Amino acid sequence: MTALVLLDAEDGTIPQTSRSAIAAATSLGDIDVLVTGGADTIAAAAASAAKIPGIRKVRTASGEAFAHGLAEPLAALLVALAPDYDHIVAAATAIGKSALPRAAALLDVQVIPDVMDIKDSETFVRPIFAGNVLVTLHSSDAKKLLTIRTASFDPVAAEGGTAPIEAVTPPDDQQKSRFVSAEHSSTERPQLEAARVIVSGGRGLQSAEGFKILEPLADRLGAAIGASRVAVDSGFVPNDYQVGQTGKIVAPDLYIACGISGAIQHLAGMKDSKVIVAINKDEEAPIFQVADYGLVGDLFQIVPALTAALG
Amino acid sequence: MKILVPIKRVVDYNVKVRVRRDGGGVETAGVKMSMNPFDEIAVEEALRLREKGVASEILTVSIGVPQAADTLRTALAMGADRAILVQSEESPEPLAVAKILKILVDREKPDLVILGKQAIDDDMNATGQMLAGLLDWPQATFASRVEKTADGLAVTREIDGGSETLSLALPAIVTADLRLNEPRYAALPNIMKARKKPLETIAAADLGVDLTRRLTILSMAEPPARKAGIKLGSVAELVEKLRNEAKVI
Ligand SMILES: Cc1cc2nc3c(=O)[nH]c(=O)nc-3n(C[C@H](O)[C@H](O)[C@H](O)COP(=O)(O)OP(=O)(O)OC[C@H]3O[C@@H](n4cnc5c(N)ncnc54)[C@H](O)[C@@H]3O)c2cc1C
Ligand SMILES: Cc1cc2nc3c(=O)[nH]c(=O)nc-3n(C[C@H](O)[C@H](O)[C@H](O)COP(=O)(O)OP(=O)(O)OC[C@H]3O[C@@H](n4cnc5c(N)ncnc54)[C@H](O)[C@@H]3O)c2cc1C
Repeated sequence: MTALVLLDAEDGTIPQTSRSAIAAATSLGDIDVLVTGGADTIAAAAASAAKIPGIRKVRTASGEAFAHGLAEPLAALLVALAPDYDHIVAAATAIGKSALPRAAALLDVQVIPDVMDIKDSETFVRPIFAGNVLVTLHSSDAKKLLTIRTASFDPVAAEGGTAPIEAVTPPDDQQKSRFVSAEHSSTERPQLEAARVIVSGGRGLQSAEGFKILEPLADRLGAAIGASRVAVDSGFVPNDYQVGQTGKIVAPDLYIACGISGAIQHLAGMKDSKVIVAINKDEEAPIFQVADYGLVGDLFQIVPALTAALG
Repeated sequence: MKILVPIKRVVDYNVKVRVRRDGGGVETAGVKMSMNPFDEIAVEEALRLREKGVASEILTVSIGVPQAADTLRTALAMGADRAILVQSEESPEPLAVAKILKILVDREKPDLVILGKQAIDDDMNATGQMLAGLLDWPQATFASRVEKTADGLAVTREIDGGSETLSLALPAIVTADLRLNEPRYAALPNIMKARKKPLETIAAADLGVDLTRRLTILSMAEPPARKAGIKLGSVAELVEKLRNEAKVI
């Protein structure tokens, strides 16, 4: 059997989330990867992909239509390549979640989103109801299209392989939506999905100004910063900080929740963290039901004290 | 412009669901059901486009059990003009839902379909994209802002590293994210008025779509519960535990 893994390589690098998707696919047979991007990034992206161990070949498609990860040309490309594969796999990132279901519909296949475990080539485990239920599904489709919950799979190594690179000719201009502009929230910190430590804040931080109290702690721990929906909705931090059922799904070694109550939608995104610390002034807050260590008190005193105590 | 908004009846977001003892499904007896929160946002966005003079008619559709008519009445009370219930024994998979929606799109000819980005029960996050594929229309998922432009729509979407704006020619598919708007509540007089708005019922079986599931549930289980840990008395104690017990710093 052979699987094709679509990588998120638009900026010329291969993110950890894509390497987790490859890890998930390793039980499915031979693996080809598909790298797409603009003419300026494709060579670097392909070279990085070729270094990933265990890849049979790297297939590339480039051009303006692929520069921004638009779903329509990606789906058309996946459909064109589909006859060669039994499984088509992508990380459950914004790009994977947009393109794979579209391609699946064109192939008359029911996409299987957010796969956490692969039992065999036709049997998959995925979360439903905000992760409160895990369902084991059997797919009767001839071809399987999956997106991968990356927090559930340790990424494969970035270096060590020498896979051949082969350019493919994409189907004729399939561009439908057009890219206008992007606003990337700039940060020097690790990506949420890749971070070993996450310091996360909620409504308890009170304001964008108040939220900054988390920064020295995150600096000290080399941590990424996350947030609850309320913190994002209130404009304390940008949207891509949101952790939860409808935000990012993370599983770091250490998750420090500050001023977050622990709603099920938030827990859905972080309850697989190895160690959870909760800092909350309400000792009844549900977050304490999942926290390994809790401190009850005012975060505006505790957070700076913790930063200082770490030296 | 005519807008179609597909809405789904789901277990209310405040309910923590439990797997039935036989493992064959989740406990739904006596559980509160509501409109999928993302679909409320989709309905609201359609209403705002009508209030701006961009849209003229808002049609809402639900596919599912007869009680989904209540969910449609909620959308009518919010301000949708008319509703269609495609009745089936259960909510079909996104591929089948998309095929049914495609038939309705071919019949009703909307210029825009706004869906929720995901239903909070099955969390598939797939139906809008699948419908866009079947119709060969442009798509913009995870929308946080929708604006009419001279040649179509400008849609800002929430993506992993921030946000981006796409331009789409109509007809098009948009899926709504949380921050697109804050949906209104239906006022009591509008709830009364909604009872008189047209609600058509069609049997899913009459549409000729194969509803056979491609995915069959082998088992359902609750994930292992995390046990509550301990509350500590001081920051120093926390640092000691993180260093020497948990060994994560
Ligand atoms: C469809 C849907 C999807 C959703 N998706 C998500 C999602 O992906 N992610 C998400 O996070 N939420 C999501 N939510 C929202 C979720 O239900 C909660 O509303 C949200 O998580 C609450 O955020 P919070 O914990 O910051 O705020 P609150 O629940 O208001 O909690 C604030 C906490 O801060 C504490 N606090 C206040 N001041 C201090 C202080 N000085 N010191 C210490 N503690 C303090 C309080 O005791 C309280 O426990 C979703 C909701 C819906 C309906
Ligand atoms: C009795 C029962 C048995 C089931 N058995 C199985 C099974 O064996 N295998 C399995 O995989 N699943 C099963 N399901 C789940 C069912 O198939 C889901 O409803 C389906 O997977 C849809 O996923 P979603 O709603 O999360 O779609 P999403 O793609 O997350 O929905 C996105 C958006 O699409 C629109 N939409 C989705 N559904 C509808 C609808 N019905 N009407 C109108 N608009 C809609 C809404 O705008 C929604 O916001 C079962 C459900 C029931 C009730």
